Parts: sequence; C-alpha cells; structure tokens
Amino acid sequence: MSNWIEVGQLEEIPQQGSRVVKTKGFDIAIFRTINDEVFAIKDACPHKQGQLSQGIVHGKKVTCPLHNWTISLESGEALGHDEGCTNVFTARVEKGLISIDLG
Amino acid sequence: MKEKLVVIGNGMAGMRTVEELLKINPELYDITVFGDEPYGNYNRILLSPVLAGEKTIDDIMLNTMDWYEENNIKLHAGKRVSEINRIARTVTASDGLVEEYDRLLIATGSKPFMIPIPGHDKEGVIAFRDIKDVDIMLEATRNYKHATIIGGGLLGLEAANGMMQHGMKVTVVHLSDTLMERQMDSVSGKMLRNSLEEKGMDFRMEAQTAEITGNGRVTGINFADGTSLETDLVVMAVGIRPNIELAQQAGLHCERGIVVNDTLQTYDPKIYSVGECVQHRGDTYGLVAPLFEMAKVCANHLAQMGIGLYQGSVTSTKLKVTGIDLFSAGDFTGDDTTEELVIQDAGSGLYKKLVIKNNCLIGAVLYGDTKEGAWYFQLMRSAQDISDIRDKLLFGESHLGDSGHGGDHIADMSDETEVCGCNGVCKGDIVKAITTEGLFSLDEVRAHTKASASCGSCTGLVEQILESTLGSDYETPESKPLCLCTDHPHEEVREAIRKQKLTSIKAVRRALNWKTEDGCPACRMSLNYYVQSAWHNEAQDDPQSRFINERAHANIQKDGKYSVIPRMWGGMTTPDELRAIADAAEKYEIRDVHLTGGQRIGLYGVEKAVLPKIWKDLNDAGMVSGHAYGKAMRTVKTCVGKQWCRFGTQNSTELGIKLEELTWASWMPHKFKLAVSGCPRNCAEATIKDFGVVCVDSGYELHIGGNGGIKVRATDLLCNVTTEEEVMEYCAAFIQFYREDAHYLERTAPWVERIGLSRIEDVVVKDEAKRSHYAKRFHEAQKISQIDPWKERSTNGVAAHEFTSIKVINA
Repeated sequence: MSNWIEVGQLEEIPQQGSRVVKTKGFDIAIFRTINDEVFAIKDACPHKQGQLSQGIVHGKKVTCPLHNWTISLESGEALGHDEGCTNVFTARVEKGLISIDLG
Repeated sequence: MKEKLVVIGNGMAGMRTVEELLKINPELYDITVFGDEPYGNYNRILLSPVLAGEKTIDDIMLNTMDWYEENNIKLHAGKRVSEINRIARTVTASDGLVEEYDRLLIATGSKPFMIPIPGHDKEGVIAFRDIKDVDIMLEATRNYKHATIIGGGLLGLEAANGMMQHGMKVTVVHLSDTLMERQMDSVSGKMLRNSLEEKGMDFRMEAQTAEITGNGRVTGINFADGTSLETDLVVMAVGIRPNIELAQQAGLHCERGIVVNDTLQTYDPKIYSVGECVQHRGDTYGLVAPLFEMAKVCANHLAQMGIGLYQGSVTSTKLKVTGIDLFSAGDFTGDDTTEELVIQDAGSGLYKKLVIKNNCLIGAVLYGDTKEGAWYFQLMRSAQDISDIRDKLLFGESHLGDSGHGGDHIADMSDETEVCGCNGVCKGDIVKAITTEGLFSLDEVRAHTKASASCGSCTGLVEQILESTLGSDYETPESKPLCLCTDHPHEEVREAIRKQKLTSIKAVRRALNWKTEDGCPACRMSLNYYVQSAWHNEAQDDPQSRFINERAHANIQKDGKYSVIPRMWGGMTTPDELRAIADAAEKYEIRDVHLTGGQRIGLYGVEKAVLPKIWKDLNDAGMVSGHAYGKAMRTVKTCVGKQWCRFGTQNSTELGIKLEELTWASWMPHKFKLAVSGCPRNCAEATIKDFGVVCVDSGYELHIGGNGGIKVRATDLLCNVTTEEEVMEYCAAFIQFYREDAHYLERTAPWVERIGLSRIEDVVVKDEAKRSHYAKRFHEAQKISQIDPWKERSTNGVAAHEFTSIKVINA
C-alpha cells in the first residue's frame, strides 16, 4: 500500500543538502544530491542515532556528523566496513514538488 | 565490447594493480589472470611467520578464489604462460590454452637464485619463496634434525628462525663477515649475530660453499676452505633475480629486469609490467611497498586516467624474527659528504645510527629499539630539514616536547592494551585485522577498525603496529594525498589554487582531475577553506561543504541539540551581559550552564530551531557569536594583569581585548586559541596556546605553537617585542602565515614541528617586508570576515532553511 505525502519544493532544499520532515514518531531526512536526485531516509544513523540530515552529502551518500559513519542514501545501509541500516522511504519529484511514500 | 586485460602473475604486485584498477573503474576491462601456483593471491611477506608456526596459510590469503569470481575475473590458477605473441596480441599457456589481450600486464615477480655448485639439484636443496617451499621445510622438521641455510640476509635469517622454532638445529652459512650487510653496518650486524647465537643459531661466517654432497638426497656441504658440515636440508636464500624469461622471449627490452618507464610501460606500450620483475630507472626492488606504489600508478594508466608517475622508492626493512627488533632504511653507510649520529650501548643491546646529508636524514639503522623507525622513515621520505630538531633527533619523536603516546613500545604491549581511546580499539584487534583482512596501509586499518580514525592522536602507534606486524616495509605513502578522491597532496592543491586562481571547490576538482564527482567530506571541507584562504575577495563560501557546526554556528551535541557560547572579549564580562545570559537561560529552559576552559559561558541543550531566537536575545544585549564551534579563532584568555595584580607588568586584559578584536571571526585550518599573561607566573597559561603573550617588565614575549589538548606541547618562544602595536602586527602575520601554509585540520603545534621554527622566524621575525605582507593580507581578509554570523541569522534572515523543518506531519 502506498501513502504519498507532499513535503515541499525541490528548491527548498540546497543542493548537497537536507531538510527534515517531522512526523509524530520520528524525523525523516530528505536529501538533494548535486544532480538533484532526492532521497528520504529516517533521520537516525544506525550507529548512535546521529541526525543524518545534519551530515555532509556527497555522491548518493551522507556522512553522519557524530562519528563519520557513511550511509547510502539509496539503501540506508552503512558503507565501508561499518554495519547497520536505517529505514528508507521512496521519494519522487514531479514538476519540482517532492513527495515521499510513508507506506 | 570491453577491452581485454590479461595479467601474467597472480602475486601481490599483479593483484594489487587489479584491485586498484577495480577501485577506479571496475567496468573497463574483461580481466584474465594466469598464476603458476594453484592458489589465490597470498601475502608472500608473511610466509616467514607461517614457517615459524605463528600463522597459517589461510591467515595470509589476500584474494580467495571467491574474490576472483565476485569480480568476474577469469583465473587460470596453476597454469604457466609459455609464450607472448605481440603481433597477434595473444598469450599461450603451457597446456596450449590461448587468450587474447588488448593490454597485457606482466607481473612475473622474481625467482630465487640457486648457486650453480655441484649438487645444487639434489633432493633436499630448496629455496624459500612460495607455499610449496614452506611445505617441504615443515615436512623436513618432522623427519630430519639439521638444516643449513645458505645466505645470512633477511630471508635467510627468517627461514633459519622458522626452522629453529620447530626444534631443528640450524646453521647459517654466510659469505660476508656481516649478517644482512645490505641493511646493516658491522656494529649492528654483530649485535644481531650475538642475539641469534643466544637463541641457539649456529653461524659459519665468511664461508664459501663449494659442493653439496649426498647420494640422491643431501647429506652435507663442503666449503672452499676444505672444511665440511653435515646437514639434512639446504635452503638457499642468497638473493632473487627478476623473472624476465617470458618478456625476453617476446623481444621486450630487458636488462637485469624488464625495463619500464615512469608509467610502468615496457618498450611495447600495450604491455605494462609491475613488481619484482621490473627495472625502473636502473633499480630493481624486492620489497612490497615499492610494488604497491607501482601498482597504483599502473592502475591509473590502465584506467586511462593519465595521471601519476612512478619515480622510484626509498625502502625500509624490518626483520620478522620474534624478539629481535631491527630496522634499516636508506643510505646507512654514508660517505665523505655525510654526518653520523650514533648511540651505542652493547650492554642493553641498543644501537642507533642516523646518517645526515645537507640537513636531511638519508639513512637509519636501529637495533634493539625500533619504535621510532616509522618516524625516521617519514622524515627521510619527506626530506624534511632536521636542523631545528637535530639535538633531539636520536632520542626520537617522543622527545620533541610532547607527552602524548610516544613512550609506549609496541612489542611490550599486550593484545588488550587500548591503542585508540576514541573508538576503544585494542592492539589485538588491529593486529588481527591486518593479518586476516590483508591490510597494508593506515587508511585500510582506519576503515576496518576505526583505530586512529577520530582524533588521530594514535596514528603513530597504529603505524608502528602495521610495521611490526608486516615486518618488511608496510605502505607509507611518499606524500599523503589530501584524501582518497585525489592523488595530490595538500601542498600541490594549495599551489594550484594560487597559481591557477581557482576560486571554487568545483574549479579545483576540475583542474586537478578529481576522481569523485562531488568529493568527500574530507576534501570538501579542506577545499572550501583553501579557496577562501587564498582568494578571500573572490571565493564564495560553500555552506554545504562545511561541517554542521560551522553551518549552524553552534556545536552539535550527542543528542542532536546544540550549545550556545557568546563571545566575552578577553575573558571580561559585565553584570548586564551576565543578566542577559541568565535571562536567556531561564526563558529557553537551558538545562546546563557551564564555564568553558577559554573563560566563556556555555549554554547547553538548545533545540536547533531555537538558536536564532536565543541569538537575538543575546545580540540585543550586545553579544556576538563566540565561534566556539569552528575551525576558527576561539578565545583570548587573560589574567587581570597590572590593573589589579601586584605582580602584573603590563595591561594584559586590555591587550587581550585588543587581540580578540583583531582576530575574532577569522577562519583557520583548525581551532586557534590565544592567551595573554600579565607576568611570567603565566596564570593565563599562554605557553600552551597557539599564540601566547607573556608580559615582562621590558615588554612582551611572543610564544607560538602550544597545545593543551590531545598532545600537550609547550610553545616555542618566537621573539620579544616592546610595544602593543608590535604584538598586534606579529600576531596578524603569524596567523596569516599559518592560515596560508598549514594543512587543513593541522593545528599550530604539529605545523610548527613539521615546517620548523626557523621558517616561521624567517617570515614573521627576520623579514620586515614579509611580516608586513602577511599582516596586511590578514587585515584585508578580516574586513570581509568580521560579520557576526548570529546576527545574520537571527535578524537578517540568512540561511533560514537551516533552522526550520520543511514539513510537519501530524500523523
């Protein structure tokens, strides 16, 4: 089942940056890459719940500000030799409008 | 269709090249590998510990059969290539199998040299080169009693030690009067021989083998002087010869090795060669680090990146015999143009000899205590001027004035000793990762274990563990690249930014052929700093390439909340300021109010969205950002000086305020702290600051390069001046020189040690024109930089998106 929710315009997020969608249970980080691809993952690093939205975005990856774990924006998985995974939400952009599927 | 790359040789050099190639461009080639031995690629330099029973074959495998499959590499294990046809571009294996190539890589390594004396082909006469040899030697230890090793070099002694571990009686036969004469001088060679004799090894020095005797199997050796020796096994370890037969047959130009140019191409540009089989600029190499440097350059060319040249290697050696510490590197014999520094203490088994030429270290032999080997090796490779540290050089890095981790000795550490205090990594974890994962470099150890990946203060220790675990040299990069996205070191990047006037991160990446599209956190932060430091008028700041603290102008805490620390000029405050801070703390329900080490007040646990509001309140009371979150000028700490103190000699608080007004809001390679003490009692602790002023009756002492953090380091005295104006001028010049010269994330303490105090004196003290140039550039940059970032965000609406969520969903 899908549950698409509009969250905002692409321009509202800086390239290589992130903004947060607040929900009742947890925060979701919406990322915009240098090529304007958009990804949505739970705003909590699998390591120690650091806010990934506050990290540095490079390629399709983000590096957590707390202890430098690097997380794939596509899979939510920790890269390199770290192990762990955070939730991924499907995101799409239509005519500049970002929506995410809360499922 | 993909081009075909064929690799002849499944050893460390060939496979390292393939691994480097896969890292850069995994899709470029269909790769086929031929290997003589019926295994995957293993770590040949760890065969000695296998022989000694300290490791197993499985421990030393680098690439298992699965690895080839996972990377779609066709491996012909156990097949020897017998012919290369350069016209048809094919190789033929001895069983008739033919493979075509577009590019060919010859990595056939070397062959052990067997002395062609009568009897050298008898059963029980072997070399020490591969797994098969180790099997024969281990078999012999079960059935025979006496082994003889011909050759007292590195490999011979490791073989001898291994056999002895299994209870065999071992005799080492050596032609020269000094063991390991290519790595040791006569003094250290003698000490080594004494230690090995104590362990029970026998030696026949200056002995020339004439004949190996026995009926079918070896039973003894006759020497040229008429004496003889009974033995059940002979291991020849007298050297290696580049394995060049195949290349010679194919008509490639060979001398001692296959001759290659700086891009590792043979005389046929379709054919590359790396490893022990090559001859580069007249040299052949038999150690692993040069092979890896070659592999990197070769892979770059195979991937058509076209950058990188191999320009030869300086090598170091360490003997892998448990209980014996020996290190040797570079030119340790010296000549008329060199000087020697020596410590010799036969009683405690200690010997150190350093060879110096033109104020640079060019060679070292260490016996008994090798913990400084990695440091000396680094000094040699970077050709650093050692005149400033010459008097302490022999005693090692730990005697340079810091009291960090320097005193520890790797060999004495238990496996449970914590090496990396940030990430809780013990020595045993690191050793295990190095051996089981097949790691060779600091970067690899960091990626696998996190050791030294946070504050970096244990980097030296981790390098020592690498060195002591791998024995023969591990991989120390000649000059460290800025990050994995480039091969250029910091200096080259900064020079390109200056010379080519690169004013954005993107321009740098394009000009220097960055390997990644938009970099990594390490290079993004460095480049953002470098372009602004070089071109403060033109370069634009890129907030997305700053760490969150500098983007949010507050320190992120472990729970995602932030801290707020207003500036208090020179550590002075007023009742009004204190009242405003107290009001803000109550209004925003601040849980913790804390006094910082730099004489400031910190408010902890602030939600990000609240930051602009609390800044507004503090702005209204006249306060600005304290930059306690940035790679920036942090604080000027002072004592009350002659205003109040009966010992005070100058007005230290007023000078502190002036210095803070001069330097506030300046970005730096790393955080930067100042202090002013009113008298030599130094209550403001000015001698552990980046720039410290100690007031004296006659004026001001200026101190630089101190650090009270990770490694405590007292400052160096730069000079004495007589007026406050001079203090300000020297301070501005020193800061600007640091800003334009240091690597990003290099504090003044290691920077001063790296470039030497005399260079800083040259710029800041001795040359008035240079001092004035740097001071002027600092003032210019400050004109643009001195804007309160809090006010910009609390009042002027800058970066509003940073502090608000894009959407709130009540579901």
